[in-house]
Amino acid sequence: MSSALLRIRDLRVTFDGFHALDGVDLVLDEHEVRFVIGPNGAGKTTLIDVITSLVRPTSGSILFAGEELVGRTEHEIVHAGIGRTFQTPSVFEELSVLENVDIAASFRLPFRSLLRRRKGISDEVAQALDSVGLGELREDPAGSLSHGQKQWLEVAMVLVQRPRLLLLDEPVAGMTQEERLRTGELITRVAQEGTTVLVVEHDMDFVRRFAHRATVMHEGKVLTEGTVAEVQQNETVREVYLGRPRDARGAAAAPV
Amino acid sequence: MAKLLPSSIKPSGFVVRFALVATSLLLVAPAVLSDFRLSLLAKFLCFAIVALGIGLAWGQGGMLVLGQGLFFGLGGYCMGMYMKLHEAGAGQLPDFMTWSGVEKLPALWSPFRHAWFAVPAAVLLPMAIAGVLGVLIFRQRIRGAYFAILSQALAAAFVIVLVGNQGLTGGTNGLTNFQAFFGLSLASAPDKRILYLIVAIVLLVVFLAGRELVIGRYGRLLIAVRDHEDRVRFLGYDPTRVKLVAYVLAAGMAGMAGALFVPVAGIISPALLGIVPSIEMVIWVALGGRTALAWAAAGAVIVNWAKSSVSEQFPSGWLYLQGLLFVAVILFLPKGIAGAVEALRGVAARLPGAGRGRLRARTVPAAEEGA
Repeated sequence: MSSALLRIRDLRVTFDGFHALDGVDLVLDEHEVRFVIGPNGAGKTTLIDVITSLVRPTSGSILFAGEELVGRTEHEIVHAGIGRTFQTPSVFEELSVLENVDIAASFRLPFRSLLRRRKGISDEVAQALDSVGLGELREDPAGSLSHGQKQWLEVAMVLVQRPRLLLLDEPVAGMTQEERLRTGELITRVAQEGTTVLVVEHDMDFVRRFAHRATVMHEGKVLTEGTVAEVQQNETVREVYLGRPRDARGAAAAPV
Repeated sequence: MAKLLPSSIKPSGFVVRFALVATSLLLVAPAVLSDFRLSLLAKFLCFAIVALGIGLAWGQGGMLVLGQGLFFGLGGYCMGMYMKLHEAGAGQLPDFMTWSGVEKLPALWSPFRHAWFAVPAAVLLPMAIAGVLGVLIFRQRIRGAYFAILSQALAAAFVIVLVGNQGLTGGTNGLTNFQAFFGLSLASAPDKRILYLIVAIVLLVVFLAGRELVIGRYGRLLIAVRDHEDRVRFLGYDPTRVKLVAYVLAAGMAGMAGALFVPVAGIISPALLGIVPSIEMVIWVALGGRTALAWAAAGAVIVNWAKSSVSEQFPSGWLYLQGLLFVAVILFLPKGIAGAVEALRGVAARLPGAGRGRLRARTVPAAEEGA
């Protein structure tokens, strides 16, 4: 395996006495596709939120390419090379699909050049739109898209930024089987092109098909880690998943 | 219009509309309006410049700037101080200082002897102050109602400072009794017409610059920040910076408007820039339509024109009407007059046989137009 891109050590997050993350250790290798699974309230989304600085950790360290992320602002972390999506797609509804992707793509431009008008469509923006199948809808206001299409748009917005590490929070929630397949293929392709991907997901079928390795979280801790087959054989994992009734609509009820 | 021009030159709708407005402001209005009305219009055009800034900061950027009177006043006082000193002559004190028993020119006033200092200061000082305030406010992620209240409190504080320093600022009376503005006599009607043209040209130029900004990438980003500030952070932008630009520019426009207002109206005083006038500025923009710069500016002119017409007939009626208008707009026209016009256009386009004229020209290809 290649060297570690992300190294999380003893990460803790406490909300009013509740331990959302209770000493998480996690190492992501470069070019890996890692799935993080676990029951509701396990702290999966909190983990992404801490990495991207939406939530400040109580203690612990997050090293990305050797640099500490804890204490940096959200936009600095994006510039360091980490992109994310959200569980509920949040796009800019008054802007067109194209404009959404265009401002995502322009984040490295010097501020002064933002003051000028956009001239045409850059190749990378067109490519990102095509890769998620929104090329034909590019002039439509993003607010008119369906839920699934908004999720695609979010993916296009993060892809066009070419992050080194991509964090996807339940990317296939609410998608049809065919859309899931396309998302999975997209993730695989992105990883092949050199991006490390961390996916928080509930859908075990999806995990089995597309994960390299999986990390199982439970009550703010990492329960186990390994290939999908290994993880599924693990007794404690079975207990956690089968021992308590799972919320059928788990995706929507996951922790913030 | 299409018949007047060769078919290869097809001006866009915007160019046509802008040309119409510019012609009315620069040629038609001076030709048909009396000296008195034209001077009133000049005043309203100053307000329209403030409204452009509010349209940018509030309409596009979502920052409810309830204290633009602060920046309008700063610009106005910068210009007023220069004009006062210029008229007093070298070594002399402005009239009101003598009445207040001030014997030596305060240090704050001395640089305003020079036009090269006072004129840029009228724009740059409001911008600098907005810059400092903006960094402090936006970095703390203060927004929404808290931002609005804070910006209003600043205008109120400014008024208190002005009133409390009679000898320095002219107190409640402000600065008045101006005779001339860069060689233009404020008592001469032809000179005041030139002054009107200056104001109109500044308005048109500021509008074009603001529009360029709004339709560019920055404008898109500003809307993104308005609608989803937190999401923008995760695209790698610092919203503080994005908001700061709009806020500072709005302050600069208000300062510029204040500076032009002084020669046009012949006065700058605390009563023109406290809480109530600051709220009125926002009302103009709400009535016109905050999401379109042109309508924000039009709102300032329309509301003030209505105000002076109504006040001439019913001296105390305007306040009630203004309140009523504001309530009506919030209830029925959340996008202001701009929204109403848009809705009417939509209705007109759907009516059978409504195709003739302008509406049709948009959808029919150029080749058919000659038929």
